[in-house]
Amino acid sequence: MLNPTQAPEAGPVSAAAEAPLPGGSEITKARSLGQDAWRELRSNPIFWVSAVLLVLFLLMAAVPSLFTSTDPGHADLRNHYLGKPEWGHFFQPDWFGYNGQGQSVYARTIYGARASVIIGFCVTLGVTLVGGVIGMFAGYFGGLLDTLLSRLTDIFFGIPLLLGGMVLLQAFTHRTIWTVVLALATFGWMPLARVMRGAVITQKQADFVTAARALGAGTTRILLRHILPNTLAPVIVVATIALGGFVSTEATLSYLGIGLQSTVSWGVDISDAQNVLRDAPHVLLVPASFLSLTVLSFILLGDAVRDAFDPKLR
Amino acid sequence: MGRYVARRLLQMIPVFIGTTLLIFLMVYSLPGDPVKALFGQRASDPATVERLRHQFGLDKPLLTQYWDYITGLFRGDFGQSFTGRPVADLMADAFPVTIRLALLAFGIEIVIGVTLGVVTGLMRGKFLDRFVLVFTLIVTSIPVFVIGFVTVFLFGLKWKVITPTVQDSMDIAQLFAPAMVLGALSLAYVSRLTRTTVVENLRADYMRTALAKGLPRRRIIGVHLMRNSLIPVVTFLGTDLGTLMGGAIVTEGIFNIQGVGNTLFRAIQTSEGPTVVGIVTVLVLVYLVSSLVVDLLYAVLDPRIRYA
Repeated sequence: MLNPTQAPEAGPVSAAAEAPLPGGSEITKARSLGQDAWRELRSNPIFWVSAVLLVLFLLMAAVPSLFTSTDPGHADLRNHYLGKPEWGHFFQPDWFGYNGQGQSVYARTIYGARASVIIGFCVTLGVTLVGGVIGMFAGYFGGLLDTLLSRLTDIFFGIPLLLGGMVLLQAFTHRTIWTVVLALATFGWMPLARVMRGAVITQKQADFVTAARALGAGTTRILLRHILPNTLAPVIVVATIALGGFVSTEATLSYLGIGLQSTVSWGVDISDAQNVLRDAPHVLLVPASFLSLTVLSFILLGDAVRDAFDPKLR
Repeated sequence: MGRYVARRLLQMIPVFIGTTLLIFLMVYSLPGDPVKALFGQRASDPATVERLRHQFGLDKPLLTQYWDYITGLFRGDFGQSFTGRPVADLMADAFPVTIRLALLAFGIEIVIGVTLGVVTGLMRGKFLDRFVLVFTLIVTSIPVFVIGFVTVFLFGLKWKVITPTVQDSMDIAQLFAPAMVLGALSLAYVSRLTRTTVVENLRADYMRTALAKGLPRRRIIGVHLMRNSLIPVVTFLGTDLGTLMGGAIVTEGIFNIQGVGNTLFRAIQTSEGPTVVGIVTVLVLVYLVSSLVVDLLYAVLDPRIRYA
């Protein structure tokens, strides 16, 4: 059903009316599932809202100096200890007030985006690769390999992401962005493997796979050229929604003190701010809002992508 | 049915062994020497280190240690923590608190989540439906620790409705706010899931039949609709009880509740291997058993499913 050569009949009515000839598809070019999904996405306002927000966060992560010229590490205890926010001073250092060290909360929040965005994307890339390969092998080859790989997936499913990440990260005395990525990817690949396995099992019985095999295509070619493109849709959907979860888990680990160290990051800042919650809630609430907004954008984007890729919902 | 249960129980064995082995290897083979850590700042005496290593069995090969641990489990022996206290004792203190917290969260989640889901499903497209949909979306995207802090700040510090930290971990009234925080995420999932299945089932043929033969609305919704709509919800709820108990790490930390989450967190921080392995073993068991119970409940809720 997901075969790109069988484009869903979403074409204009004129195509059907003016196409009595065989091969009438020359009038309206056949669209692939991806193109169809893109058309669907473009008309979805939720997609645009989340996309704009995400572009904004990506910009913050890539070039924070675009938003603020204040150094996030610059501390001025004498003048700015827990300074209250000045909601009218847009893009000024005191827009969101100052923290317990006299650092600008606004500058720290802008610079904190980088860690979350890098970790979110790298972990998602990692789990998609690992889970995808495991799921593909299990689904395509079946038999003993499938049993082994599926049990392996079950085993890792028994350990929650946060718990596994904590135990693994505790072993590192010096933790950087990459150690956190490694820990989260180690315990986050299972949903992707399950989705990929299911999709491959459905696809490998399709006629075009039998046809390709009859024409003498090798296993690698069948897997990469025929099956993989048709399994991408569900994998992309699950990966996008998972991305938000990874950003959230990273912040949780940093908040617990087992995540990032000596990096400007939302999780670390929220963790530091909990002691001054009573006197200066803004120090905690500003990075927390940015963090939640990032997760929300990814969830919304994932929802929109799922609606676009699911032909049944059209 | 009996054969199915037996087969599922047998399938659980390799998963149980695999998961405990995984956590065991991670805890004991990763760098960091817990015995030297017992000495704190002082220089460690090699002879004492050797004696302690022997006492805790740390001088044996890892797989032998694991074998000793698993055989100990069957005698109900969870081993000894490095401070000398039996791990089973530690857990006997911590688990009752967390089970209360998790069950309370579970109850809140079922009552509020399912009610919201059914009501919004029946009122699809109305204002309340939109409102709940947006609300649940926001709740799902806020990390639990942020929800916790906002709750403490608003209800504990600003309006002083609740105590910011829990004084008595066994007091249900004080556990109510933490349970809300712990269950918030799942509550949002449950209400969305219930809404989806209710909307789907409203269009089913049997609903029209029930309506046509003149059944009262209460019976149509309460019996015909609910029984069919709850199947996917039960699946989610079943696996969620284990998640709630494991997820208590963050909530218990914020509200200072002396339960499993706090004990586990401290144990991970201080490399208390036996305690970490012991608690995770129990959590894995809870997870495995609850997923088995879910599968069996299927047959009860859906007469079309029969296990041979």
